[in-house]
Amino acid sequence: MISIRGLTKRFGGTPVLDGIDLDIADGERVVIIGPSGTGKSTLLRCVNFLDRPDAGTIKVGHVSVDAARATKHDILALRRATAFVFQNYALFANKTAKENIMEALVTVQGHPRDEAARRALAVLAETGLAEKADSYPSALSGGQQQRVGIGRAMAIGADLMLFDEPTSALDPEWVGEVLELMRRVAQQRQTMLIVTHEMQFAREIADRVVFMDGGRIVEVGPPDKLLDAPQDERLQRFLRRVG
Amino acid sequence: MPALDIDYMLGLVPVILGYVPLTLFMAAVAMVCALVLASLLAVERVIRVPGLDWLVVLFISFFRGTPLLVQLFLFYYGLPQVVSFLTQINGVTAAIMGLTLHFSAYMAEAIRAAITGVDRSQWEAAQSIGMTQAQMMRRIVLPQAGRIAAPTLVNYFIDMIKGTSLAFTLGVTEMMGATQKEASGSFLYFEAFLVVAILYWVIVETLSQGQKRLETHLNKAYAR
Repeated sequence: MISIRGLTKRFGGTPVLDGIDLDIADGERVVIIGPSGTGKSTLLRCVNFLDRPDAGTIKVGHVSVDAARATKHDILALRRATAFVFQNYALFANKTAKENIMEALVTVQGHPRDEAARRALAVLAETGLAEKADSYPSALSGGQQQRVGIGRAMAIGADLMLFDEPTSALDPEWVGEVLELMRRVAQQRQTMLIVTHEMQFAREIADRVVFMDGGRIVEVGPPDKLLDAPQDERLQRFLRRVG
Repeated sequence: MPALDIDYMLGLVPVILGYVPLTLFMAAVAMVCALVLASLLAVERVIRVPGLDWLVVLFISFFRGTPLLVQLFLFYYGLPQVVSFLTQINGVTAAIMGLTLHFSAYMAEAIRAAITGVDRSQWEAAQSIGMTQAQMMRRIVLPQAGRIAAPTLVNYFIDMIKGTSLAFTLGVTEMMGATQKEASGSFLYFEAFLVVAILYWVIVETLSQGQKRLETHLNKAYAR
């Protein structure tokens, strides 16, 4: 169970997140949509403290953090309960595909190397990249890098997986394979919070869709209701624009 | 101008070569120590530990701002007068200490610049999987910074090898000290110092070849 309460973030006085409340059930897939610059990515980045929120509480599994009083220890615990998939993949450039996946298992979770290597190879097989295990990120296509990025997040066994526009930086030809892998992750009943502009994908994968605008959650609902019968005028306008 | 005494020079080569191991030993030990110290200093400069930062800034400023020869004299002749346990310090140890501290100050700045050159997304990816700051530095940031800083660090190593010649002023008989002794016996100063100059040159050139191989190796993760 994930619970976010009153999450607030300002950049230089300007509020980017203005009191976000959001609950996510175990195994639930929540997709966040909304115009650019509306705080979607910041919300994700605040959930694992890549950006430090100014106020609010975040509860992921057994970890509960109050932003105003968060210690280093709290932040590490929260990050270890979550996994993050970056828009620009952010694979470790000095490590092979396999080592990228092993890194959290060995360094953070303390598993023996051989066990971590076995797990990494199993995850790579799931992402369809078994034969790329020893390739460095620079030798992989954008789509392949992002699949390794998702694999890195899968291997951790996090309570919550965060996806920050995972297909936005990709050439169109690689989008399909990344979405396909995300569907596989969803089938494993992984709790997912996804920021995306892929409306068709949102409709298909989401249990609930969240529409954000101006740093607030404006409307929440199941995809067919929210996308086909939007209530809020801003959401209606947004949906007309993205077609 | 009288002709060079080639036979004397050729005879001198094996004599001086015998001191190459000591020169390389001092340079290698000082380089390893300086790398470790410089990495620590550089990381501190990047994350700025409160209460420690000013000390690091002062350290770097002092060891960059004063001549190596002065620092060596300070350690070898000066410190034992005020710090009693240093009275046993020998010239080789003092030279290694001096080279380490002196070059770590320069190398710290090179490594600090390289650390800030590592893409921000690499830091964030490390944080996102729950690494501590130390783990992030050791496993992700420093290895990538090392690649960026490698050409500069090799240059400092070359400088350091040549810097070991100053150890002769502390009474250490290394390549330079040995040459000095030979020359003052034969009075063939030009021949003797020409030989030692060429030997330093050969050592440095050999290392420069190694540098190319090192850079190829370090770039292998990034080559397409």
